[in-house]
Amino acid sequence: MPEQTKLELAIRQKLQQKKLLLMTHIVLGYPSFDDSLRVVEDMVKAGVDLMELQIPFSEPMADGPVILKANAEALKAGATVEKSLEIAERIVSEFDIPFLFMTYYNILHTYGVNEFVSRCESIGIQGCIIPDLPPAEGLDYLEAMQADKLAPVHIFTPNTPDDRMRFLSDNSAGFIYSVARKGVTGKETTFSDDLSDYLARCRANTTLPLAVGFGVKSREDIDFLTGKADIAVVGSETIRIVEDQGVSAVKGFVESLVA
Amino acid sequence: MRNSGYFSQFGGAFIPEILVSTFDELESAYLEAKDDDSFWKEYLELMSTYSCRATPITRLDNLSEQLGGASIYAKREDLNHTGAHKANNVMGQGLLTKRMGKTRVIAETGAGQHGVATATMAAKFGFDCTIYMGAHDVARQRPNVFWMEQMGATVVAVKDGSQTLKDAINEAFRDWVTNMDDTHYVLGTACGPHPFPEMVSWFQSIIGTEARQQMLDQTGKLPSRVYACVGGGSNAMGIFSGFIDDKEVELVGVEAGGRGRGVGGHAARLAYDDATIGVAQGYKTYFLQDKDGQMQDTHSVSAGLDYVGVSPILSHYHETRQVRFEAATDDEVVEAMQRTVRHEGLIPALESSHAFAQAYREAPQMSPDENILINMSGRADKDIFTVADAVDDPKWRDFIITKAAEYQMGQNDKKQGNGHA
Repeated sequence: MPEQTKLELAIRQKLQQKKLLLMTHIVLGYPSFDDSLRVVEDMVKAGVDLMELQIPFSEPMADGPVILKANAEALKAGATVEKSLEIAERIVSEFDIPFLFMTYYNILHTYGVNEFVSRCESIGIQGCIIPDLPPAEGLDYLEAMQADKLAPVHIFTPNTPDDRMRFLSDNSAGFIYSVARKGVTGKETTFSDDLSDYLARCRANTTLPLAVGFGVKSREDIDFLTGKADIAVVGSETIRIVEDQGVSAVKGFVESLVA
Repeated sequence: MRNSGYFSQFGGAFIPEILVSTFDELESAYLEAKDDDSFWKEYLELMSTYSCRATPITRLDNLSEQLGGASIYAKREDLNHTGAHKANNVMGQGLLTKRMGKTRVIAETGAGQHGVATATMAAKFGFDCTIYMGAHDVARQRPNVFWMEQMGATVVAVKDGSQTLKDAINEAFRDWVTNMDDTHYVLGTACGPHPFPEMVSWFQSIIGTEARQQMLDQTGKLPSRVYACVGGGSNAMGIFSGFIDDKEVELVGVEAGGRGRGVGGHAARLAYDDATIGVAQGYKTYFLQDKDGQMQDTHSVSAGLDYVGVSPILSHYHETRQVRFEAATDDEVVEAMQRTVRHEGLIPALESSHAFAQAYREAPQMSPDENILINMSGRADKDIFTVADAVDDPKWRDFIITKAAEYQMGQNDKKQGNGHA
């Protein structure tokens, strides 16, 4: 992926003004599509720099209990792929930050990989994170993304060897999503020296901006990451807040992170 | 570039990045073991001393005569230790776990047979063991849960999704992505990401290798047809592998017809036309899913066949027409089981009874000098509660009521005792 995507340019531009960007994650249709819209609005107002919109899937194998439940609830409430795409289109047209889709490969496979990617392009979605699609299985996807100048984002993990990191980076655009630890989303992460070493290793193996996720949930975590990464990803924690305190609590939480 | 592990368009390894190195390690361990003759020798030794291999084939004398037509034989996988073919796979993966130097095993289970087999293996090899089981299945299969816990395994009731096998698999993967350094995931069937379909089929091929030779020894020829039930597909892959190159042998896979056609009422991915090709749980095959690719609920009287996907190798054989797929409904299955118990004194599990039902349907139309072979993949002790309900046995019901009353009284006594203390 030699060409610089719109997503990477947008990230680099923002990085001129801020040392660490904030990316959040929502599950479309959870608790409802109206709520999704409201949460996005609150997050953008609170200063979020980019967002992952998850299209719900019945078997989200890489997600932990919080996001798993949100996926199941969204589907139970009647979320479909078409409705998710429609709300995403509205979100992208109303809010001026980059948006990505996060979903599982079966959603693309069933929709048609080329059709899905074209739809992303026409909606204005700038990239995709598909956690169960390694590059070797996703040649059609990678070609379609490249043809439409969209960013396929791949994941680095603490047990990814250096040569694999370089291979993943070569097949990525926009940024690299580095998970801070093993396991699924939404569990505790210890922000430590080991993590610093790992992030340095990630840096050494990609020239793309580096996002760090899995367990980021407080101002202290954000401070720790400043200078070590370009983007902090807050995923499960905002969904947990919606679940425990309701949609209206999200804005205050995000503000506490960016303050 | 394409990952290995494809059978025409089916299979692959659609795994989260965190597991890539774990799968690389597993694949090399598997390939090295496969290349190492001493590994298979050790495996055969273990299976003949710890389990009951070679399991015999039995001629169903009475039913062959009653039904007319072909002579019916059963391959007795019910005689394995823990009562099902599951032991073949589990013991093999246990040896592999030792070889990889891991100390903990996890597994999913539907009917509970694979969970019991894994807990047994863990007890024998001294591994820590956690079993994931859908909450719905925990409720259906208490006797198996009891034995797993007696053997020291932790049984986790999975309350997500449809609370059956697929949800247990998702949960086992979630454990594995956290604990892969010391943990091996003993996947129970010929599904999942590469190399599991191929590796599980390899361990199960012991069934087909034995059965082919036994049919030749006992009847002087190959059977005309071989029947196996198909949930994930491991017992079918096991027995079919012995005959796949014999053009004159017709292979018949029998899926769970449940309450009949229509999404939600069955688990027949290949025999009915309700399933479409998709990717979930790390592999590509036929799944019972909606038009968005969301997995649908399935139904079967037998927990072990109640699954949304099917072995990618069997999807491949479906397309190449090397295996014919049929479905047997819940009612047909219970009837076939009762008939086998009553007239042969054999007690096939509800899963295996699907294969019996189809064989009984076809045998009368065949010639008396033909033989057919059924894979009796397991025995039905575990199904006693379900079967007793299905045959509506009043004496069993009275027994449970009395037993429950005894427990109730015991509990009241205890409460009173505590009150006095």
